[in-house]
Amino acid sequence: MPAATEQPQLLEIRGLTKGFPGVQALDHVDFTLHAGEIHGLLGENGAGKSTLIKVLTGVFKRDAGTIRLDGQDINARDPADALSLGIGTVYQEVNLLPNLSVAENLFIGRQPHRFGLVRTGEMRRLSEELLTGYGLDIDVANPLSTYSVAVQQIVAIARAVDLSAKVLVLDEPTASLDAHEVETLFKILRDLKSRGIGIVFVTHFLDQVYAVCDRITVLRNGRLVGSRPISQLPRIELVSMMLGRELAAEALHRNQRKAVTGEPLVAFKDYGKRRLLEPFDLAVRAGEVVGLAGLLGSGRTETAKLVFGIERADSGQAFVDGKPVRIATPRDAARLRFGFTPEDRKTEGIVAELSVRENIILALQAQRGWLRLLPRRRQEEIADRFIKLLDIRTPDAEKPIGLLSGGNQQKALLARWLATEPRFLILDEPTRGIDVGAHAEIIRLIERLCEEGLALLVISSELEEIASYSDRVVVLRDRRHVRELSGSEVSADTIMTTIAGH
Amino acid sequence: MIRRHLPVLITLAVFIVGYLICLAQFPSFASTRVIGNLLTDNAFLGIVAVGMTFVILSGGIDLSVGSVIAFTGVFLAVTIEKYGLNPYLAFVLILGIAALFGSGMGFLIHTFQIPAFIVTLAGMFLARGLCFVLTTDSIPINAPAYGQITDIAFRLPGGGRLTFIAMVMLITFAIGIVLAHFTRFGANVYALGGNRTSAELMGVPVRKTTIRIYMLSSFLAALAGIVFSFYTSAGYSLAATGVELDTIAAVVIGGTLLTGGYGTIIGTLVGVLIQGLIQTYITFEGTLSSWWTKIAIGALLFAFIVLQRGLSAASLRTRSA
Repeated sequence: MPAATEQPQLLEIRGLTKGFPGVQALDHVDFTLHAGEIHGLLGENGAGKSTLIKVLTGVFKRDAGTIRLDGQDINARDPADALSLGIGTVYQEVNLLPNLSVAENLFIGRQPHRFGLVRTGEMRRLSEELLTGYGLDIDVANPLSTYSVAVQQIVAIARAVDLSAKVLVLDEPTASLDAHEVETLFKILRDLKSRGIGIVFVTHFLDQVYAVCDRITVLRNGRLVGSRPISQLPRIELVSMMLGRELAAEALHRNQRKAVTGEPLVAFKDYGKRRLLEPFDLAVRAGEVVGLAGLLGSGRTETAKLVFGIERADSGQAFVDGKPVRIATPRDAARLRFGFTPEDRKTEGIVAELSVRENIILALQAQRGWLRLLPRRRQEEIADRFIKLLDIRTPDAEKPIGLLSGGNQQKALLARWLATEPRFLILDEPTRGIDVGAHAEIIRLIERLCEEGLALLVISSELEEIASYSDRVVVLRDRRHVRELSGSEVSADTIMTTIAGH
Repeated sequence: MIRRHLPVLITLAVFIVGYLICLAQFPSFASTRVIGNLLTDNAFLGIVAVGMTFVILSGGIDLSVGSVIAFTGVFLAVTIEKYGLNPYLAFVLILGIAALFGSGMGFLIHTFQIPAFIVTLAGMFLARGLCFVLTTDSIPINAPAYGQITDIAFRLPGGGRLTFIAMVMLITFAIGIVLAHFTRFGANVYALGGNRTSAELMGVPVRKTTIRIYMLSSFLAALAGIVFSFYTSAGYSLAATGVELDTIAAVVIGGTLLTGGYGTIIGTLVGVLIQGLIQTYITFEGTLSSWWTKIAIGALLFAFIVLQRGLSAASLRTRSA
């Protein structure tokens, strides 16, 4: 889109440098944003994207370099200061106030008032007017928490733009949105672009980059790899810029799909819970990967939670090796040698302050009971074995896991369950929020585990990915298992059309 | 809309049902005399509960209010009776001292990021200790101004009296409602209780708001102390022990979430009246020990906290649906 580059430079970052103890997070990075441009900022985890944004918005102080906005040197003290300078940021976890009304969220600190009293009616009218510009027709008097994440994000964008933002930074805004919501968001971004706002768009989804961005800047290990207009950057080249090696084609290789036969290892009949998930049938054999696909909120995670006993089923029966079993709590599931790596690593999975070793042995130790402590040497053996086996990149097993990158945390979580030698493993979004290189590794790992005779249930939003490793795919819609695809039916296209309901 | 106000509506329903039960047993509950006394007897609790509502809405707690009430009484008794200070001047002085005291606590809470629980616990011991520095005796206040003020009252039809201190409480509630729901300060208080980090990112003046919240709480505690001294005509170091807990109970029964962010001032008024109603009932009953008030309030508090948990769980479910 050559028109964009003719626009004047809006934001100019030169030689930005920021170090943390032991890591050079940013090393002389340049970044230029034009007015009326959507600029994708990409890189693997640990590339320095978040650090760049945090320095820009005043969360971190920079060590060196200049930031110029409209030709003026700026130095934001904190995000509020950055906002007043004209740089608004919208995070993945919306940083608004869920208990206040939509209108108050839009106008807090600058409510229209008279004689010291807020003019609520006027504030609501202005809010409605503002949101209509974003195609949002909602009751602004309701608390923000009554609306979906997508609506909350639009409110956050509307607020940032209305506070005279010239630069809008979106940090992985689409991670928890479904396809339709993403499309709505993109429409808004294009509209803002035509109004001359410069947009920095951080994401992991390559499709979305190509759908909406004009220009892309890639960072790797804190250094600038390059910045190019999207029209001159084929997808394969982008991936290799991000990875620094030519593995893009290999990342999504496709195995010969095998038809696994034999008795199912685990089976669920009419299994369900009222108001959570319609009763479903599901069977997984040893050495088989069953994928769960569907939009956010379609019941994928709910299926996993029922199967693992986190939610208690109120109908149906579970079987292991053909024998009926009771799975009422995660302890029951663990006793049956089930494993589960949850979707939200940060809150449900890792214990950030504990070391890699402690995180890995956690499930095994819990299974033995806390009175029978694993000998320290045995713990170290297990940790070292899995660090090597899964190629977890950490200087040593005693490092707090919170300091590792997302992909390595994910591998450690996997190790936690593998250490218990499970027969049936549930992976909820194993590749969410981790970089492309780690993606490929996790996928290869899934395939290897399956060859070793594990039964796997994998949830993923990435259709290509799920189609590449699953032997069968169960598609969910509106909290129901709507269809099971097997053999040659398993492809991203069929999954998509099934999700869409055609 | 109804769902948003559900906690308050439930509180109101509990009050109405409670009132009807009392009325069925003792028809005199309908008299303006009983209603007037209900307001007068709980005036000081209501005033301090307004301040406590702001504190809890912001996600904090103020344990010092009982001690501030006692200190106010002792301060007034000593300055008026021993040093012959003009009562009105003494009122202004103690309100100013309390406001300073509260803003000091707010300053510490914000600047050093110390939990409000600890800071106000220290404030509680400090204020109580200062009472004993001034005097250990119960000092009666006989100033003529006291007689004049307590004589001010609206005669209600049916023989009841709406006393001056009841009016002070009602006015405090009216101002509290305006402050909470129709000013920027009020919105900022709710914002702090909703999510402190987000509030800061959105440019809410966290420091200023925190200091003002605790200033308001201590100021109203001193006002409650003045009202309490009208009520008892004395200053005593051991007065109003545990009032902070009665106040917190009234706020929670009034539908304010202890975790902050959700609640109303009007709910607190109803919460205070429910406590007063139980007390009045037990007085009327005659055979029950007054400790039954505590037992009833304990049971009610427990029920309300369980209810709040249930409501927030239910709202989470509907959102993820």
